[in-house]
Amino acid sequence: MKGLKKVVDEEQIRRAIMRISHEIVERNKGVDNVVLIGIRTGGAFLSARIQNNIKLIEEQDVPMGILDITLYRDDLREVGPQPEFRGTEIDFDITGKIVVLIDDVLFSGRTIRCALDHLIDLGRPKAIQLAVLIDRGHRELPIRADYVGKNIPSHMNEEIIVRLLEDTGKDEVLIIRKNGEDDEGEEE
Amino acid sequence: MAIKWKRKDLVGLKDLSKEEIELILETAKSFKEISERPVKKVPTLQGKTIVNLFFEPSTRTRSSFELAEKRLSADIMSFSGTSTSSIVKGETIKDMARNIEALKIDMIVVRHGASGMPHRLTQFVNAGVVNAGDGINEHPTQALLDMFTLKEKKGRIEGLKVTFIGDISHSRVARSNIWGLTKLGAHVTVCGPATMLPVEIAKMGVRVTNDLKEAISEADAITLLRIQLERQDEPLFPSLREYANTFQINKDTLKYAKPDVLIMHPGPINRNVELADDIADSDNSVILRQVTNGLATRMAVLYLISGGTER
Repeated sequence: MKGLKKVVDEEQIRRAIMRISHEIVERNKGVDNVVLIGIRTGGAFLSARIQNNIKLIEEQDVPMGILDITLYRDDLREVGPQPEFRGTEIDFDITGKIVVLIDDVLFSGRTIRCALDHLIDLGRPKAIQLAVLIDRGHRELPIRADYVGKNIPSHMNEEIIVRLLEDTGKDEVLIIRKNGEDDEGEEE
Repeated sequence: MAIKWKRKDLVGLKDLSKEEIELILETAKSFKEISERPVKKVPTLQGKTIVNLFFEPSTRTRSSFELAEKRLSADIMSFSGTSTSSIVKGETIKDMARNIEALKIDMIVVRHGASGMPHRLTQFVNAGVVNAGDGINEHPTQALLDMFTLKEKKGRIEGLKVTFIGDISHSRVARSNIWGLTKLGAHVTVCGPATMLPVEIAKMGVRVTNDLKEAISEADAITLLRIQLERQDEPLFPSLREYANTFQINKDTLKYAKPDVLIMHPGPINRNVELADDIADSDNSVILRQVTNGLATRMAVLYLISGGTER
């Protein structure tokens, strides 16, 4: 496909997730009070990997859950079919815990805003930290990540596609021009 | 799930495709968890206004809809019975609906004694319309919650054998269930006194019998229907006692059914008429689970409908 470019490969993704896993353990001085919550769908896959990594590093099982932020979205009032809602799956109490919230791409910050509102409805965590595989910039809300896999500065009319093994059989991050080649943007 | 929900009304299951019904059931499954949270509320329908118009008595369905609406953060307004409303003063349904809509509302949930009334309403108003039971026609959300409960307990709908016992001709619950269950590949049997089985019912693709034993012997689920004395202009059987003697599900008659058969009832139960006390409260009974699932199902319906644009 034209304008499709691979910017992060399988090995880089593996190392980034391993580094984030180490950072989570280091920052929180172990994982005794830590729980992992991944945002559907990409974040959920990543949190399962981080959970595995932490098990290797610390020989400890960290609770993991999946958050579906659909019902908290601020664009539901726009005309058109509602997005698919597949549900939140968290079978532990988050009150008093350090919640590490995990997503694949950090962009406008709106998804994270939804996730924070959702988490607060589930209990009162001691702290919420944010881990993302890709930070592509263009924030529209005052939100930043505590753990970042890769910073990928991007143009607004580019799309960042994170493909993960669990979903597509392949780990890679692609960048694609959305509006064809007639844009004002810079060619690489 | 490949398909997207496009309808702004839910008038009946007759109109829905298999895929649409499955989408509602899948969505309802996800909604169930919300009622287990410390904060049992999501902001999804914030700023939307829903009007509940109940022209017939209802406790269960109305409170279930109201709670579903509240848990989705909608603003709600409820009218119940005809005695308090302007219908008594001679206003037509059309005028009433248009006046309510002039208050800038988004959805109307309606129950009415006349079959086809929700469908008529969709012709008068722009708001989305959800049928909460119309005459002897349909009660789609009840059938959806029944199917949801079946799927939850049995793992599937396709191939299941489901029996309805009682006054089939006056039952909108049976009618909606038959539409939905047959679309999803279940085998439906209806059973009752001949006077309560509509002549045309076999055309809906169901097995018809007057023999209770035959009706329940292979069933995976049995739904008992309340004898609706209020809908009978002339007696359809000699006495409640005789009805109970022939068609009641109790310890003795249940022996003919499978040990793991589900006992279902849309409520309210006339205890010891269609269903004996001990069976209503037994392990086979999923009647209270139906109530819990009704809430999730109605949340799912309201969520999907709220994004719909097509009539």
